[in-house]
Amino acid sequence: MKRKIVIIGGGPAGLAAAAAAVEAGERDVLILERDTHLGGILNQCIHNGFGLHTFKEELTGPEYAARFEARVRELHIEYQLGTMVLSISKDKVVTAVSREHGLFTIEAQAIILAMGCRERSRGALNIPGFRPAGIFSAGTAQRLVNMEGYMPGREVVILGSGDIGLIMARRMTLEGAKVRVVAELQPYSGGLKRNIVQCLDDYGIPLKLSHTVTEIHGKERVTGVTISAVDERLKPIPGTEEFYSCDTLLLSVGLIPENELSTGAGVRLSRTTNGPEVNESLETNIPGIFACGNVLHVHDLVDYVSEEAAAAGRAAAKYVNEGESAGEEKAIRLVPAGGVRYTVPVTVRPAHMPDTLTVRFRVGNIYKNCYLSVYFGENRVVHRKKQVMAPGEMEQITLKKADLQNVDFDTITITTEEN
Amino acid sequence: METKNFICINCPLGCPLTVTLDGGKVVSVSGNTCKRGEAYAVKEITAPARTVTSTVRVAGGERPVVAVRTKTDIPKDKIFDCMAVINTVEVPAPVRIGDVLIGNVCGTGVDVVATANNWAVG
Repeated sequence: MKRKIVIIGGGPAGLAAAAAAVEAGERDVLILERDTHLGGILNQCIHNGFGLHTFKEELTGPEYAARFEARVRELHIEYQLGTMVLSISKDKVVTAVSREHGLFTIEAQAIILAMGCRERSRGALNIPGFRPAGIFSAGTAQRLVNMEGYMPGREVVILGSGDIGLIMARRMTLEGAKVRVVAELQPYSGGLKRNIVQCLDDYGIPLKLSHTVTEIHGKERVTGVTISAVDERLKPIPGTEEFYSCDTLLLSVGLIPENELSTGAGVRLSRTTNGPEVNESLETNIPGIFACGNVLHVHDLVDYVSEEAAAAGRAAAKYVNEGESAGEEKAIRLVPAGGVRYTVPVTVRPAHMPDTLTVRFRVGNIYKNCYLSVYFGENRVVHRKKQVMAPGEMEQITLKKADLQNVDFDTITITTEEN
Repeated sequence: METKNFICINCPLGCPLTVTLDGGKVVSVSGNTCKRGEAYAVKEITAPARTVTSTVRVAGGERPVVAVRTKTDIPKDKIFDCMAVINTVEVPAPVRIGDVLIGNVCGTGVDVVATANNWAVG
């Protein structure tokens, strides 16, 4: 089978990319989704707060997904559920398997990677102790409670203050569980401020910053955890141990873009984001393979995923209809500096960028009353006062195509400055 | 005059709000980026409210539960009363997005509506 555009993943990124590709004039689009429903992780994110940017109203996850699913149906975009992609080759042959079609291959002209991310697990944390039941990733607990109707425990400690952990602190409390404490290794929360307020403060759940779980008690089932304070080097401080009884430990300790398929195709990944390095068209180092959403870099807001994915969809449509951009052409490198950890994209070819291009990035620490600066070559062109920037909140700047024509610099530096 | 500090929860910006009060009455709000922030600060002092999201049991559906929300926010002190009602209800499949599953929950005048579909099976 030959297809123009194949999209791997039918979550928020895949749906928005598909709709945008069709709207840009390319009708031959196929979405491959391994779950039995479209919508991806949004289906289990039943809390509200989605869509304020996109729809100017506050939706829950399933409602937000339903809007994009409706658009995909309106546009008669083809999708296959229960279909697991096994590999992607360099020349864009997709190998997949499903109950309906068995093992099959698709020769794609363009591929959009939209596989999302997964949760960092206990194995990545090195907490010593037995392996009792009652330890879940926050997202697993979220699926159990919100989709399977099953409560994983009654007395809960949460390690990590990522947004899913905060959301689950409230959700478990509403369902009658006692959430004892949220412990966060870093001196700042990894989640959004609004979630600290409405998920922890509203219910009197303490957040202990610079604390971590140093021991898990219980042999068959978790019976409690020991929490210790950590020093500036994030090492536990002896003598600060405190015991919390609990039957459940939830881990909300970070998300990792799911890029096994990408690396198999030879896509180069960023060591900072663990997602592909892309240019202004969200195209990877393999021409015709694009990436968007949480497989590219982990987002806080689905609205930005949709926006980014739509750009990838348009770029893929342009690629299949106008062909590969030929010849040596100018590419400007985006350089993260100071507190800025990375940028997406990493290169910009002015000839190919839209009139305005959103560059997204994160900082590596809390920065208060500082400046966010952008340098074209050596020349500072943006110097914006920021009250606060935090690792948990993605930042963005906009580049204008008009500013980047016939320029003599080949780097744009994005950095934090004290003054 | 007294001041109170809040983090606005309307959107992920999370603006730090400062409210100046005179005898319990709001005199001014600062720190907000948009109008919603001001409205939130006043409401947080006079009548704090939250949207409740949860799940309701479904009989004969493709999944055992369906996601629900209060259509608008309800008084904060009614959250657990609302949850108690939500947890006693079971509805038959199919359930469609927007279906009213509980009318006027706890006398708040607010309906609890489905936020997802749950189709009948079998």
